[in-house]
Amino acid sequence: MSEPLLELRGVTKTFGGVHAVETMDLGLVAGEVHGLLGHNGAGKSTLMKLLSGVHRIDAGEIRLAGAAIELRSPRDAQRHGIEMIYQDLALADNLDSVANLFLGRELRTRLGLLDEGAMERRATELLGDLNPDFHQLREPVGRLSGGQRQMVAIARALLFDARILVMDEPTAALGPAESQNVSALIRRLAERGIAIVLVSHDLHDVFDLSDRITVMKNGRLVATAPRSELDPDRVLELIIAGR
Amino acid sequence: MGRWLRESELDPRLIGTLLALFSIWLVLDRVTGGLFLTPRNLYNLAVQSSVVGVMACGMVLVIVARHIDLSVGSLLGLTGMLLAAMQADVLPAAAWAWPLSIAVGVAVGAGLGALQGVWVAYAGLPAFVVTLAGLLIYRGCAYLLTDGRTISPLDPTFERLGGGIDGAIGPEASWVLGLAAVAVFVTRQLRVRMDRARHGIPARAVWSEALQMGLGVMGVLGFVAVINLHTLPQSDEARGIPIPVVVLAVVAVGMHALARTTPFGRHVFAMGGSQRAAVRAGVNVARTTVGLFAVMGALAGVAGALTVARLGAGTSSMGTLSELAVIAATVIGGTRLAGGVGSIAGAVLGAVLMQSLENGMVLLGVSSAVRQVGIGLVLLLAVWLDAVWQRRAGGLAEEGA
Ligand SMILES: Nc1ncnc2c1ncn2[C@@H]1O[C@H](COP(=O)(O)OP(=O)(O)O)[C@@H](O)[C@H]1O
Ligand SMILES: [Mg+2]
Repeated sequence: MSEPLLELRGVTKTFGGVHAVETMDLGLVAGEVHGLLGHNGAGKSTLMKLLSGVHRIDAGEIRLAGAAIELRSPRDAQRHGIEMIYQDLALADNLDSVANLFLGRELRTRLGLLDEGAMERRATELLGDLNPDFHQLREPVGRLSGGQRQMVAIARALLFDARILVMDEPTAALGPAESQNVSALIRRLAERGIAIVLVSHDLHDVFDLSDRITVMKNGRLVATAPRSELDPDRVLELIIAGR
Repeated sequence: MGRWLRESELDPRLIGTLLALFSIWLVLDRVTGGLFLTPRNLYNLAVQSSVVGVMACGMVLVIVARHIDLSVGSLLGLTGMLLAAMQADVLPAAAWAWPLSIAVGVAVGAGLGALQGVWVAYAGLPAFVVTLAGLLIYRGCAYLLTDGRTISPLDPTFERLGGGIDGAIGPEASWVLGLAAVAVFVTRQLRVRMDRARHGIPARAVWSEALQMGLGVMGVLGFVAVINLHTLPQSDEARGIPIPVVVLAVVAVGMHALARTTPFGRHVFAMGGSQRAAVRAGVNVARTTVGLFAVMGALAGVAGALTVARLGAGTSSMGTLSELAVIAATVIGGTRLAGGVGSIAGAVLGAVLMQSLENGMVLLGVSSAVRQVGIGLVLLLAVWLDAVWQRRAGGLAEEGA
């Protein structure tokens, strides 16, 4: 197996007395889809927030392409090419897709004003690439369907050359057809060499899509294995029994 | 109807305010026996609307960001007293005292506004409480500044800002200004259309674009034509656009640009749509909040200057209760109290609408107590309509999802 792009070693995070994540190890390889599974409260979201700079680690280390890095803020993570798509997508429903894509990272003209033309061009390119049928670039995203909103959130993460894409429960809120679209999109992104983490509490959401699967319980690593060595029943056992 | 509006991309709130305004004008003209829609009364109406209009332009952004500013009336009073005192007491002889005093008034307004923003953004206190404290503190300070004494005389050049005698720009300049505004408006609209075509984004329906353009052009030119019918007493010399209305126009255009073409404005709207989304996208919400209240304070300073110029004196009670008129105008103009949605154009229309009611009822000889009841009811109606509209729009969105 190839050298991991990103490695978490012995990562720990406690909130007050709660050990949300404890001496957790995780390696991500470029171009893989990595399923992260566990019950509600297992520590998945916390682990991903450590990775995206929302929380800071108490102990352990994070290595990117072999070098130790520090993630103090979401900005730091973005700078390292780590992008997070939150379960609630974190979109501003009153703004259109273009505005949401570039929120906080707006392209500016020489005068410091919004460069709507440039942003619109880039958005057309990117969204057209993800879904050629999407034309509602200037509609408030609150009026888009669940799948379209998901796509806007994904596009936002891809805007600035993401190398690692974390998706928290990506298909949980979607209908079957849309969830299939998003799945196909995830596969295509992985083929481009992006490492993708799919976080879920539901085995069926991620099993078929993943190249490797990691199971967590009580903040700790239970197991990591290629999907080919697993079957759903075995994963379920790992999730429930923790061994 | 909803679908038709959506395709047209006309702002339904703006259309609603416009229709309401025209209906009110027709009714008022009828019941006052034709006293309302006269050049003279429209001139007065325009002057009266400018103070509330200037502040409503800022209140839009404050409310869009899910905050509120109750201090603007008191801040108007304080900055007005300050700038009057500078002209009358501190630098009574200097010719440059009045521009300096305006600059100081606006700067103090911005500074005190920013201070409130700091309490909201960094101490995490609700804007309602912080600016309520501001309302009390600034009003008290306005009184303390001169122990409640009225301040005059002011520089006569400065008093032109109030729109009284000599307070207009003359008929020729009015036409020039009107035509320039129309030219800029039309070119901009066409540019947006061409840009869209170039990027393959579906264009707006021609009829809706033409309608919007026609309304804008007719509104501006019609205003100039009517205003130019109003003459000075005992002469047929037209006065032209009142200077406070020019100030309002400049403020409105500037605030529209701030809201729609700068990252700051974009972030304000994002905060109103979803504070979490803004934070997670890396928007500096605290700094944006401070900037927001600073802009609002600066506009209260501008309104203070207009008020003092119109009264020809500074009094410590200036602007009392005007925060409510400003908030009402903003909401009537289509700004959603829940945040995220609002427009500068709507707020200006809202200010004109509020002032039309006030003005019309004065023409009818209605007592000030009854006027308050009337305006309160209209505000209630506007917010109720907004809530109904919102519920319907929400229902539609759910269907679509
Ligand atoms: N910000 C926080 N403050 C306190 N406790 C937290 C916080 N975030 C998560 N936790 C706790 O950490 C544990 C792991 O939660 P989480 O990472 O959200 O799990 P998962 O995403 O796997 O459902 C839970 O016990 C949760 O209550
Ligand atoms: Mg979770």
